[in-house]
Amino acid sequence: MSEFDAATAAVQAALDAGARYADARVMHRRYESMSARNGDIEELSQDESIGLGVRALVGSGWGFHAVPDLSDAAARDAGRRAAAIATASARVPGPPIDLVPAEATVASWASDCAVDPLGVPLSDKGDLLVRATATMREHGADLAEGLYQIWDTSKWFVSSEGHRIDQRIRECGGGISATSIGDGETQRRSYPSYRGQYGTTGWELVTSLDLGAHAARIAEESRELLTAPLCPAGETDLILGGEQLALQIHESVGHAIELDRILGWEAAFAGTSWLDLARLGSLRYGSELMNVTIDPTIPGALGSFGFDDEGSPAVARDAVREGRWVGVLAGRDSAAVAGLDYGGSVRADGWARLPMVRMTNVGLEPGPHTLDEIIAATDDGVLMDINRSWSIDDKRLNFQFGCEVGWEVRNGRRGRMLRNPTYTGIGPVFWRSMDMLSSETVAWGTPNCGKGQPGQVGHTGHPAAPARFRGVRVGVRA
Amino acid sequence: MSERGMSAELEIAAGVVDLVRQTAGRAAEAEVVVTRSDLALTRFANSFIHQNVSETGVSVHLRLHVDGRTATGSGSRVDADGLAVLVERTRAAARLAPPDPAWPGLTAPTPVPSGPAADEATAFASPDERAERVRAFVEAVEGLEAAGYCRTAYRSGAFANSAGHTAVGRAAEAAMDGIARAGGADGVARLCADRLADLDGAALGARAAAKARAAAAPVELPPGHYEVVLEPAAVADLLQNLAWYGFNGKRYAERQSFAEPGTAQFDPSVTLVDDPLHASTLPFDLEGTPRRSLPLVEGGTTGAVAYDRRGGAEAGAGSTGHGMPGSATFGPIPHNIRLLAAGAGAGAAVAAGPVSAGVTGAVGDPDTAALVAGMRRGLLVSDFWYTRVLDPKQLVVTGLTRNGVWLVEDGVPTRAVRDFRFTESYPRALGSGLVLGLGRTAARQPGRVDGSWYEAPALRLSSWHFTGGASG
Repeated sequence: MSEFDAATAAVQAALDAGARYADARVMHRRYESMSARNGDIEELSQDESIGLGVRALVGSGWGFHAVPDLSDAAARDAGRRAAAIATASARVPGPPIDLVPAEATVASWASDCAVDPLGVPLSDKGDLLVRATATMREHGADLAEGLYQIWDTSKWFVSSEGHRIDQRIRECGGGISATSIGDGETQRRSYPSYRGQYGTTGWELVTSLDLGAHAARIAEESRELLTAPLCPAGETDLILGGEQLALQIHESVGHAIELDRILGWEAAFAGTSWLDLARLGSLRYGSELMNVTIDPTIPGALGSFGFDDEGSPAVARDAVREGRWVGVLAGRDSAAVAGLDYGGSVRADGWARLPMVRMTNVGLEPGPHTLDEIIAATDDGVLMDINRSWSIDDKRLNFQFGCEVGWEVRNGRRGRMLRNPTYTGIGPVFWRSMDMLSSETVAWGTPNCGKGQPGQVGHTGHPAAPARFRGVRVGVRA
Repeated sequence: MSERGMSAELEIAAGVVDLVRQTAGRAAEAEVVVTRSDLALTRFANSFIHQNVSETGVSVHLRLHVDGRTATGSGSRVDADGLAVLVERTRAAARLAPPDPAWPGLTAPTPVPSGPAADEATAFASPDERAERVRAFVEAVEGLEAAGYCRTAYRSGAFANSAGHTAVGRAAEAAMDGIARAGGADGVARLCADRLADLDGAALGARAAAKARAAAAPVELPPGHYEVVLEPAAVADLLQNLAWYGFNGKRYAERQSFAEPGTAQFDPSVTLVDDPLHASTLPFDLEGTPRRSLPLVEGGTTGAVAYDRRGGAEAGAGSTGHGMPGSATFGPIPHNIRLLAAGAGAGAAVAAGPVSAGVTGAVGDPDTAALVAGMRRGLLVSDFWYTRVLDPKQLVVTGLTRNGVWLVEDGVPTRAVRDFRFTESYPRALGSGLVLGLGRTAARQPGRVDGSWYEAPALRLSSWHFTGGASG
């Protein structure tokens, strides 16, 4: 029985049991990760998982059931159980549910991959991590860590509206971190970011990172940070490196524009959003330099795909244009509730999880400057880079981030290193203060975005470049 | 049915061990865990069920040590071909892995306790039973918006290794977590139990609604150091972060933990126990080590940290039964922690207090009322949110309050307060002389995945550093 046959059987069983709409996804995922520590391999893990998840809509109630079995009997039983669960949802009914129209699509799509990451010999991948972590130890790190992760996911999607789509998405990435431990604190430096850079790409991404070339530097910087002066406390001009700005976008824009949050569907856990749909198209989100796109078509970015997990094709659209809020991340049901005409941002973390609104690639379009120009134009400020901690409230307004490293900026020059840099603010106030933005964009990948109950881990991309923000509170501490 | 299920899992696990022997030779060391799961979660928002899911799953986890090298593999296929592929893939990985001179060996045959019985009614609860509890919650909030979930979980597992050790177990758990929403103010009620029958949706809904109404029209207070009473949901966050970053044996070995066993690091009223058998659980860990109670802090003195076999061998302490997926990388993490309530030997007990004083609904139980009654000026905090570690060594954490904060003046909640951001060292806040009271009744708070929970009473602390408010 083929994967498409199993998905079709599940959908048909759900319809036979009373569903007015059903879809099913078979997913087969291979995962591999290796970590090294202080010059030795620490852990090598390989996982392979295959199963089917079916979603049924009965009246205004959704139901979902998943099984690790692709036999005809199991698939049909899963469809029936999804319909039964949807029927139970009617015990606490909501308003009528519609789905925005979608063209029945029969298609096949695969991400670009020059070097199959699972085909690279384990010994080569291990040698890379061992050498880099050994170098960090030799250059003073108390704890030298390296990591790579690989996902190879095939999906087969069938809907009762005639979708029949298969996709293969290969993702990988990695990174290194050096930690120095002092009497009362630890200091860490990472490259290219903590736990690494990721994309929908082959092993060529990891090769291009050239981890070994940065090992000595970050080890030395982690030790240097132990005796560096504390980041001063107060208000100042803040320059963020691209990696940190990517997470700032993720937390204070990406999650805020998720339509399920705006509609209150995540109120009890992930939270809601400060955004009010009535102001879509008119709300001032940030300065005129702020142009944010939702773009799952970017080759190689971690949030890219051919079709989302409802069968909607990948389409680029604006989220913020010249500082004005104009778009959301939506699914077919949430869009219908909101009176919008597009979905396209629904994904599931594996066959056993319900598809839900997730970020794709949410990023800033490049600005007109360079980092050097931004520093040169700053009389008194702090440059921070590489995220160390992140926290934001349930409406995505009040945030506080910590970075691994800061530098004084005085009279247009980068000065001494600062330890424990943190900054805090309110999302729209912060974004309105952005007055310089670099053109040096990198599509940063975030492979650990948590959302949903049961929990799901999403892979998202965030094009970002260094930028300057005026009058930001920095140096918050216990 | 259930016993047959367990024997089926053991049969698979033993079969994989045999397969390893056949293909890799008798000298190969293998350990296998097979787990079947039935997980279901009914989720509601805007006072209706909007997501309703269930999952039947199976996983096979194999760790192999052969010719001095170690590799791990896992999969969801339990047919003969699937198991053969798993064994071969893991063997191939082991051949390419570097030598592993610190391999701690396999768990020797040892008795494994049966653990508390798994409740059949919870294990196989229907979607209608979960929906009924949601309906009761929604009706109890009486017109407010309601959101949250009701979940049930069942796991049946078996362990086998090539040293001849086997173990089986079953676990069932239910949890409900919901908020009521009143014009931008939220109130929360959450509880975790071994039996779905012990979750009363109406009672939880009524509590959440009372808290939400009491949290309406909040005022903004200036940041600063405030005395606090933390309700069990907020205390659970303390326990979770202490576990991840402090009582984690790997972080301790790396000198990244604050923990110093044998040292009085906490107030004498603080006793923390990782106590998995206090609730329904699989009675063995990923390495087959029997799970047992582990005193982490006794009367304010740090007692132990958690180890898997590798970390325990390196420390000369042995495993504490905390082998888990990822423990080689992230470290072994206690996740069934109890902060023992006053009256269990602790010295900061308080009597019950009146729940009706001050803002109606702000205080939900006599325990919390007693702690609040002793506070001249401070804050009553229901819940914490999005806590992240700024410095692991001192366990400095930033996060926000959520689901209700009230100003307490002369022992009475006088007004609702807008949410704060805080930046605080958790061990320092719990230090000697800084714990001013513990409630007498502990509430079990569900973790984000089944099998993980934190049980605590309300807690009164002399100082908490709020570093920002709603305005920034």
